[in-house]
Amino acid sequence: MAKQISDFFYDSKVMFKRCMKIALRNPEALVQATITPIFLMLMFGAVFGNIADVGAYNYVDYILPGIILQAVAQATQYTAINVNADMTKGIIDRFRSMPLAKSALLIGHAGASVVRNVMTTVVIIGTAFIVGFRPQAGFVDWLVIIGVLLLSVTAITCFAVFCGLRAKSPEGASGLMFPLFILPFISSGFAPTETMHTAIRWFAEYQPMTPIINAVRALMLGHPPGNDLWIALAWTSATAILAFAFAVRRFKRKM
Amino acid sequence: MESIVSVSNLQKSFKSLKVLKDVSFDIPKGSIFALLGSNGAGKTTVVRILSTLLSPDGGTATVCGYDVEREGDAVRAAISLTGQFAAVDEVLTGRENLQIIGELGRIPNLKNKIHEWLVTFDLEEAADRPVSTYSGGMRRKLDIAMSLMGSPEVIFLDEPTSGLDPQNRLAMWELVKNLARDGTTVFLTTQYLEEAESLADNIAILHEGRIIAYGTPGNLKAILPQRGAHLNFASDADAEKAMKILRENGITVAGLSQEMPTLEEVFLTLIGEKQDGEPNG
Ligand SMILES: Nc1ncnc2c1ncn2[C@@H]1O[C@H](COP(=O)(O)OP(=O)(O)O)[C@@H](O)[C@H]1O
Ligand SMILES: [Mg+2]
Repeated sequence: MAKQISDFFYDSKVMFKRCMKIALRNPEALVQATITPIFLMLMFGAVFGNIADVGAYNYVDYILPGIILQAVAQATQYTAINVNADMTKGIIDRFRSMPLAKSALLIGHAGASVVRNVMTTVVIIGTAFIVGFRPQAGFVDWLVIIGVLLLSVTAITCFAVFCGLRAKSPEGASGLMFPLFILPFISSGFAPTETMHTAIRWFAEYQPMTPIINAVRALMLGHPPGNDLWIALAWTSATAILAFAFAVRRFKRKM
Repeated sequence: MESIVSVSNLQKSFKSLKVLKDVSFDIPKGSIFALLGSNGAGKTTVVRILSTLLSPDGGTATVCGYDVEREGDAVRAAISLTGQFAAVDEVLTGRENLQIIGELGRIPNLKNKIHEWLVTFDLEEAADRPVSTYSGGMRRKLDIAMSLMGSPEVIFLDEPTSGLDPQNRLAMWELVKNLARDGTTVFLTTQYLEEAESLADNIAILHEGRIIAYGTPGNLKAILPQRGAHLNFASDADAEKAMKILRENGITVAGLSQEMPTLEEVFLTLIGEKQDGEPNG
């Protein structure tokens, strides 16, 4: 048993290194995943900063959580694409015919995805500071923010891994991810839900991005996150666990 | 002799397409075995079942004494697979590819081992270039080097020479023979009778879901269709001379070249024999 566990960690570590290496050979994807959200942030600031009614908020403070989640969703499509590329090329047959821990390859992809997202998120938050982001969060608040964001990244990553396994082609894999790209726009990310039409408002209030964004925003600005934090934690952990379980099941399936 | 792979009454269908109807054969330890069949005969399907990638619908198969269905992990520890399409990471270098598989195989002293493999496979110069810049032959070599790293007892090579030029093809034959000399059992598939005959200790011919012939190249030669020969001479003069000798003996020759029966002719002969009530298997 102990041997199985250490084998599992070792196999996953090697796979993680492999996935990281492959991702770094395509730096354009990483750069694009960082530049696009920064551009979005500047553009939203310039275009809506003066007209959007976000109450007492500074607009950058208001949209940063939404920008981060949108960036994560967008960047994580590469995870789906990479997983799918592995599954549809000969390499998967090699790994499957080796005596490896079954989920090691998936863990490797997921780990590399989380690390890439942490890198881009740090750059985005850094840029936000330059353009006027003024958080009020204390040390503990920041720890909770990091926890919530990490869980969100993990959940979106697990979903991406599943999409990568499910799709028949890399294009299909990023296609399955598409709803995730737009969810942040139909949430409290860029405007308060109260300002939306009834149907959209109902959707925006009940979809998972809204409690995550609300919780992160509240914590960043030093407000109590209230129920949003618990709802965000429930959504992200449930998504991560379910998506990963389905992914592993799919991966193990023999024809 | 002790058999290392044993397949009995294997069956596999994809939806209504019955690919394997009744496939049975044994492979002696340390030998070269060729599964010969035309495109779509089910060769890859057999390989995928034996390498635990695919579940059969019926029948049993064991590798090194382990059942491919129930003891997958033990089978995987004993084999390695080189599929029909190169299983390499294009964006990584040859060395990095070997490194990953070597680490997964927990190979001790890996750095030196990788160097040895690169030298053996004549890939040293290209070692630090991305595989996407490799030629087809180099990719194959890397692919097979990756498969051999764990010193498997049985190596599966699915159409190892398809897409190779004649020179690389001969190099591959040499490699396969060396492997067997070192005690590895080689299971290869091919569409070419010539390849099976010159490489394998045993040949099984897969046709319409069944093994329609099994034997050594010598056995098979005795029952396969007649073959002619293409002869090439060093000079026209030599050719003239040879012609003259043949003519003097009353043999007229229009042209000379090695001529193998096509797989279709082989099937027709073998199936014809079966219908005459003389099964070969
Ligand atoms: N996963 C699959 N689903 C449906 N049909 C398949 C699948 N794999 C193989 N086949 C079919 O089974 C037959 C045998 O395929 P294969 O084993 O690849 O043949 P070979 O390797 O001898 O060329 C072919 O007709 C092929 O189209
Ligand atoms: Mg094939």
